[in-house]
Amino acid sequence: MIEVKLPSLGADMDEGTLLEWRVHPGDEVSKGDILAVVDTTKAALDVECWHSGKVFDLLVEPGRTMKVGTPMLRLLEPGENAASIPPARVPAAPAPPPAVTAPPAAARRPVSPAARRRADELKVSLDSIQGTGPDGAVTLKDVEAAAQARPGRDRAADMRRLIAAAMSRSKREIPHYYQTDDVPLAAATEWLRTTNLGRPITERILLAALFIRAVAEAARRHPDMNGFYVADEFRPSAPVHVGMAIALRGGGLIAPAIHSAEQKSVTEIMRDLSDLVARTRAGKLRRDELADPTITLTSLGDESVRAVHGVIYAPQVALVGIGQVRERAWVSNGAVVAMPVVTITLAADHRVSDGHAGARFLADIGERLQHPEKL
Amino acid sequence: MSPRVTYRDAMREALREALQRDPRVFLMGEDVGMYGGSYAVSKGLLAEFGPERIRDTPLSELGFVGAGIGAALGGMRPIVEIMTVNFSLLALDQLVNTAASLRHMSGGQFHVPLVVRMATGAGRQLAAQHSHSLEGWYAHVPGLRVLAPATVEDARDMLWPALQEEDPVIIFEHALLYNVEGPLEPGAGADIRHARIRRPGRDLTVVTFGGMLNPVLGATEELARAGIEAEVIDLRVLRPLDDATICASVRRTHRVLIVDEEWRSGSLAAEISARIMEQAFFELDAPVQRLCGAEVPVPYARHLEEAALPRTPAIVEAARRLVGVAGAAP
Amino acid sequence: MNPVTYPREQCLELVWQMLRIRRFEEACAQLYGEGKIRGFLHLYIGEEAVAVGALPVLQPDDAVVATYREHAHALLRGMPARTIMAEMFGKSTGCCRGRGGSMHLFDAATRFYGGNAIVGGGLPMAVGLALADRMQGRTRVTACFFGDGAVAEGVFHESMNLAALWKLPVMFCCENNLYAMGTALARSESQTDLCIKAASYGMPTHRADGMDVVAVREAALAAADEVRAGRGPQFVEFRTYRYRAHSMYDPDLYRDKAEIEEWKKRGPLHSFTDQLKRQGLFSEADFEGLESRAEAELKEAIAFAEGSAPEPVADLYKDVRAAEVSAS
Repeated sequence: MIEVKLPSLGADMDEGTLLEWRVHPGDEVSKGDILAVVDTTKAALDVECWHSGKVFDLLVEPGRTMKVGTPMLRLLEPGENAASIPPARVPAAPAPPPAVTAPPAAARRPVSPAARRRADELKVSLDSIQGTGPDGAVTLKDVEAAAQARPGRDRAADMRRLIAAAMSRSKREIPHYYQTDDVPLAAATEWLRTTNLGRPITERILLAALFIRAVAEAARRHPDMNGFYVADEFRPSAPVHVGMAIALRGGGLIAPAIHSAEQKSVTEIMRDLSDLVARTRAGKLRRDELADPTITLTSLGDESVRAVHGVIYAPQVALVGIGQVRERAWVSNGAVVAMPVVTITLAADHRVSDGHAGARFLADIGERLQHPEKL
Repeated sequence: MSPRVTYRDAMREALREALQRDPRVFLMGEDVGMYGGSYAVSKGLLAEFGPERIRDTPLSELGFVGAGIGAALGGMRPIVEIMTVNFSLLALDQLVNTAASLRHMSGGQFHVPLVVRMATGAGRQLAAQHSHSLEGWYAHVPGLRVLAPATVEDARDMLWPALQEEDPVIIFEHALLYNVEGPLEPGAGADIRHARIRRPGRDLTVVTFGGMLNPVLGATEELARAGIEAEVIDLRVLRPLDDATICASVRRTHRVLIVDEEWRSGSLAAEISARIMEQAFFELDAPVQRLCGAEVPVPYARHLEEAALPRTPAIVEAARRLVGVAGAAP
Repeated sequence: MNPVTYPREQCLELVWQMLRIRRFEEACAQLYGEGKIRGFLHLYIGEEAVAVGALPVLQPDDAVVATYREHAHALLRGMPARTIMAEMFGKSTGCCRGRGGSMHLFDAATRFYGGNAIVGGGLPMAVGLALADRMQGRTRVTACFFGDGAVAEGVFHESMNLAALWKLPVMFCCENNLYAMGTALARSESQTDLCIKAASYGMPTHRADGMDVVAVREAALAAADEVRAGRGPQFVEFRTYRYRAHSMYDPDLYRDKAEIEEWKKRGPLHSFTDQLKRQGLFSEADFEGLESRAEAELKEAIAFAEGSAPEPVADLYKDVRAAEVSAS
């Protein structure tokens, strides 16, 4: 049995309408005969027979529009028995798709694509940013300025990541050794009291300035503690840039440098320190202040801890920790007296120095604090 | 110190070298021989290489471009000169339907190593039928490589590698460039794959090509005096576009101005802008700006023609607007 | 038809080629209706004598440029029926790996330059191929086939002029089937004698009855000999007729059914076999033998095309330009 389907007579012919049958059931047909006439968008076209046989049945009525490939008629091949032919089925045409209407779009404030992405990275809310670009668009610069101005959790998170990386590296690479000494501060506190008597509040000297000065002076004399360990070798530094660990209000810690502290007076150091703390907390440090401390001093004097065992800031090789100054029972000249005392610790890099050197350095700091007038 | 030569002389040297190096190379076109080339590019070559290889043709753009295709198929390396891009429209059928399509249509069996050179662009009061810039029409067509040498070095050096291509290459020579002098470092322009950064800058990227390169470079000097540092990309290759160089620059500057002598609608500028949206959208800090030829048939009168073309003051102004300092005194 | 003086073997070959082309084209029409072949399909039925008479006068290293009605030319040039059929099926084994289809058959091995679907588009290519031969000192012929519609194109005149001006070895073969798609020659040309157009370029012309395979062959031989002898391009007009519509989807409203029937009486295949029979050179048994040979060739070609894999979509961008050797 041969099923004759509506042929595709051209690249742009999808369907056709049967105009008339040129054959009837029972007719003998051969190759080249015209079976039917079909109307298309172009014109009425003949449906040609490509086989020889006998028309068995016609499957569509004239007037019916059908898709290309729809069975139109069935032919019995020469010698074929009509009794074996099952009934035919003609598929129905599908329904057209329903029409849809789109909802109106909401207005959106102009934000440059780069600004939008940066705001996302920095977790800055675009709502709070005033745009300075064309048509008031928020630009990259606007977002970065907003992020800079903002205190908060996210900057702290960035800071936390930085500290984590630096400290992990330090503990991974630097073989630390630790030493501790208690230092009496009677002379130092007395010297501060008398020195500050005649000064306005803004110019008064704090104990921290004395510590910095003492560490700077000791570091100058013990070069094993002052410099950088890079490329498997220690490079001592002539100037002593003392990094001061300063806690940030939003969380985190930063250790900018007081440059060449070995050449500065206590008063100069105090002035530098005030300036540094103010600028640190305002986020206005210079790049070199952050990059080049040669030794770091961390003071937890405001907290109630007795001693600090710190982690060295690579590539530096030593860190001095200052605990809280407390009145303690102190033996002096065979008698127990009340004495302001501070516990000073040293964390040092064993690749550069040994315990002996560390001990002398620590002792030097303590000794200098007994003679504040010489600092 | 590199010697200084004109673009015309550089192009002639490139032709001479190609004719000397490869016996398959010949030049064919209207008035390339006896007349010496309508822009005097081929002047003197007839005497040197003879009428077989410096072949004058009748005014039959479709015919001689088609013959160039056939000769390329037959083992030659023809260089076909079409006087201007305007006249190339008479040959568009052969270029698009045959030269560009043959390799694919034949399943890779045949290819057309043909180089077609043509002048393009306005600026000489020649009116509409001699002044148009239709580079983008050719850059639209897969199967073509489209080059736009804008410097003397590129004029000198892009032809030979174009002749080494296995497939058709179109070379656009902006008519205003022929008299331009520049330094010539041999081999400097031999790359026909990449765009070039002609001037580095941080504040915006200016993408341009062909006859617009010099006005753009002039504008960047003025911008620099106002503290605006523009990076200038000379496309050089109009198809396939060097997206990587363009987008890398966008990532540095975040702002883009495209200067294109073509009509804006459907121009190369439009294509480049779209690619930046597709590939570097989140790098943009301002909408991509286009400065194109006015959408009129290029007029004759000098002041009208000038008004129809992107000129240095308009480039400066567009750049300033883009970086948000419009109206600020330099 | 005049008595045939060719040896029997040569006559059988001419019948064979005309018959296999006729059967090939009929099969294409049927496969088109079934949706196996798509795009535009232009059949050569009725015109077989032109290609069968003209193509075999060419040498293997001559070049052929043809049109979109080129199945016969491709087969005669020696392309296997199976790669042509597979091409029309859009398969990877097609001569152009499914990039060309019916209108764009190409074969580098036999210097068959297609397969051009722009009317007149092949003419300047033929001029250029001949120019390359001339410049490289080769004595080859480029045969360029085109229809009567092409003479209305500007590029026809540009190509005639260039070929004549430069005395290039081209044989221009105009297959004049009297209709440019649906427009009769007299309705589109002020001068319907096409040889006069060629002669105006100083080109020698030849004319033959395109329904008579022997006349075609003799005219083509004479023209090719002139070209090969270095006497410049030749123009040959073959008057012929296509029985079927211009392409498949063509209502054929522009000509009378009676006109078609009149031409069919002069059909190239039966008029030649009738003449051979009268001369005792051909029998019904010969015909049966050729029929079954044609049927076998077709069956094999269709099975090959059906069974071939489609070109992978991953290779879509292949052969747009040469692959980059390295990203230098």
